[in-house]
This record gives sequence, C-alpha cells and structure tokens, in this order.
Amino acid sequence: MEGLLKTPLYERHVAMGARMDGFGGWVMPIQYAGVLEEHRAVRNAAGIFDVSHMGEIIVSGQQAIPFLREILTGDPASLADGQAQYSLMCYESGGVVDDLLVYRLAAERLMLVVNAANKDKDLEWINAQRRVSGWGDGVEITDISAGTGLVAVQGPRSAKILESLCEADLGGLRPYTFFKTRVAGLEALVSRTGYTGEDGFEIYLKAGETLAAWDMIVEAGKPDGLVPAGLGARDTLRLEAGLPLYGHELSPRITPLEAGLGRFVDWDKGGFTGREALDKQRLEGVNRKLVGLAMRDRGVPRTGYPLSKGGEIIGEVTSGGYCPSLDEYLGMGYVQAREAAVGNRIAVIIRGRPVAAEIVNLPFYKRKGG
Amino acid sequence: MRKSELKYTREHEWLKVEGSRARVGITSYAQEALGDVVFVELPEVGKEMEIGDVLGVVESVKAASDVYSPCRGKVVAVNDALLSHPELLNRDPYGEGWMVEMEFTELASDLLTEEEYEARLAEEGK
Repeated sequence: MEGLLKTPLYERHVAMGARMDGFGGWVMPIQYAGVLEEHRAVRNAAGIFDVSHMGEIIVSGQQAIPFLREILTGDPASLADGQAQYSLMCYESGGVVDDLLVYRLAAERLMLVVNAANKDKDLEWINAQRRVSGWGDGVEITDISAGTGLVAVQGPRSAKILESLCEADLGGLRPYTFFKTRVAGLEALVSRTGYTGEDGFEIYLKAGETLAAWDMIVEAGKPDGLVPAGLGARDTLRLEAGLPLYGHELSPRITPLEAGLGRFVDWDKGGFTGREALDKQRLEGVNRKLVGLAMRDRGVPRTGYPLSKGGEIIGEVTSGGYCPSLDEYLGMGYVQAREAAVGNRIAVIIRGRPVAAEIVNLPFYKRKGG
Repeated sequence: MRKSELKYTREHEWLKVEGSRARVGITSYAQEALGDVVFVELPEVGKEMEIGDVLGVVESVKAASDVYSPCRGKVVAVNDALLSHPELLNRDPYGEGWMVEMEFTELASDLLTEEEYEARLAEEGK
C-alpha cells in the first residue's frame, strides 16, 4: 500500500481493526465487522463512512456559474445558495469525464465534489475548459481536497443521531440541500445527501478536525446502532439503490443517456460540452442501455462477465453481487438497446457457462417513503 | 472435531481423512480472508476428480475463489446446506461448513500437518 494517500482517519481505521485496501489512489477501510453486517446496520439503523478520499474543487468568481453551465450537463444556474445538484461532466464525445455533486455556496462560489480517482483528471479537464471557454478571467479553480475531510452518516436513524451533535436544526434540511453549522462543536458543512439509498448526511470538515468529529459521532450513535462501515458496504448499498459508480457504469466511452441519466441533462439551457453528441443520441436513440439484472438460476453476476441471448453476446455486467437487503444476486450492465426491455430473459456467462437471468427495473431497492 | 486430525493444503483447504474417505473444506484463515461468503458452488455427487481439479467455488462479497481437489477420486457427498446457507462457511468452517466428501485413490503428496500449515501462515505474516 506504498504510495497511497491516507485520509485523516487512517490511524483510527487501523486501530478499529478495519481491513484496509487501495481504492482510487487511497488506502481506505473496506470493512470493519463485515460487509453484510455493516450493510444491514445502514438499512436498519445507521452507519458512518469515511469518504475523505473524495475530491473537493472550488469554482469561484463572477463567471463561475456561466462557466459551470458550459461544462456540466445540469444547470447550476437553477441552484439557490444552500442547494446541491447531481451532475455529469462530459467530453465533446458525450462520454463522461466524471459524475459529481455541485454545491452552491454563494452566487460566485460553488463546490464540486468529485470521485477520488478522477480528481487530477477532472482538474486538468476543468482548467483546459476554462482556458478555451472565454470565461477564463472570471473563473478561479481551487483544489481544497487536501484540507477537507468528509464523513457520511447514512441510515434511517442518522438524523436522530446527528441532531444532538448538530447546532442547526437538521429537520429543516431537505434532500440535496446543505448548510454551514457546527457538528460536535466543529465547523462543518452538512448536506442531506449520500450514496446508499437511505436518508443520510454528508459532513465536510477541516481535515485536522475530522477525527474528533468522527469519534464524537461514533460515540453518540452507539445507542442507536450506528456502526463504522467500509467501502465494501458502500458498494453493496449503492448497487441495491441502482446508483452508478464511475469506472463501472460510467466511463469516457459511456454517455449519460446510455447510463439512463438523461434526467440530469438540462436540454433547455443551451450549449454545453458534449451537447452535440448527446443531441444526436437523443434523436437517433442509443445503441446500448444500462439495465438491471436479476439471476434466475444459481450464480453471482460480477463486473466484466459477458451477457448473452440465444448464444450471442449482447453486453456485459458492470457491477453485481449479492444484495443483502433483497436476498438476491443482482447486477447492472450494458446490453444492446433492442435487448434492454424489462422481462427479457438473458444469460450471464459465469466461468464459461450461461446462467439464466432476467432484465429487471432499476433501482432494486427503494426505501419506504423515499 | 480436533483440528490436529486434519491435513491441509497450501491453498487453505483442510481434509479429514478416514480410511479411503476424505471430507474437505476451507480453513478458518481462508474464510476470514474471504470475508462474508455469499455463494457456494459444489460438484455433482459421482464426479471424478484429479488432484488440483476445481472442486467448487466460494464467492465472498468481493470475489470468487476456486477450491481445488486435494485428492484423486470420486465425490460421494456434498454439503447441500451451503447452497442456501453459505454463511455456514464463515460460522463453522471445520464443522457445519464442510464442503465435499471424496472416496479417494490418491492424496496430494504435499499435504501439510496442522503445525506445518500454521507455521506457513505465521511465515507469511498471516
């Protein structure tokens, strides 16, 4: 694990007996007590995740919003202060540079939260776009990742747990909104967002104060069943919730339309990078689509396994595995658009053998009232 | 079961040999390293195996791992309970989590005693 970056919580994870492994250039906790147990805790009570590896990029200046309108698929001009939005950043080809959250901190100050493994590439891309956009002088790009820690508290009891620690009233915080407040007495930006399919919060802290906040939340959450959870559970939770993971469901060769993320493309705002390619796909239809897969015979669908129909390869699994909350073996994958109908009986090629599966609706899991 | 009766492979399988029969499973170290086991594939009863053939597959949340036959012979029983309760492999790897029973004609020549197996784990820092 040499050469990997460490989050401010690294020592704590090791002390808590977490299994550590490399992820996106970082050494991260994969599991503590066990993936299944952590997964269930998040669905039934709450879990706390260290996601300090994520990248935070500040885009500021008079032209910050016009610039972001040009490089993202969504429309940050529609955001008010204190609102956040999921968006894609595309190449001219329509392929995805990254998927990210945009936070409007102020009219001329926005924060992009990007995937750890993509951060350097994103910065390079954003700076290059800035140079060619014509907005260059009115836009400043600042990478604040190194000074920023991030913990996610997710699960039905997360609001109750954080209420006692949070200065502001969390009850008033709607999904995809945020405020600056104090958590455990420490300056924090708290947003009602997450990557698990549950209610939950993401708490941005100063890197040097992240450990203190983590410890306080872990302690405060114990009576309500909060457990530390690793990237293993984060992956099974997001899979059940049908949420894409960059490098699996998203890549430079996959467009938002193929990924079923057309609702995050604002077609009314005018030009943006990738628009021509996406317009063409919208007009002509996509050749392949992201679908949900449920095994109908015994087997575990895994990333990279081919999908077939009538002996012909029609696609590939991008994510898959055992889904604890549904007690089923489920996956996501790309198939030829004409094979993408829900109910289509196909096969996953597992160790050279076709195993029966069916195309089903995404997401697999939706929380009650969510 | 006293573990000292068992033989081990370098691939973290255990065997309990009685006469010409051997019961096979994976070691506690192996289940621990795999993490939560969520799927098990077992051979058909009656299947003939060579030493090193794939005897079964154990899949954790993270990955699929082959289990290799430590003997030449015929599969005479499999632990069907694992098909619906793969977690038995984590909970009781030497007992309820056994995988396959073989009627063997030849054992792998490089099986380890418990002391040898544990020494190997220690050596590898496991």
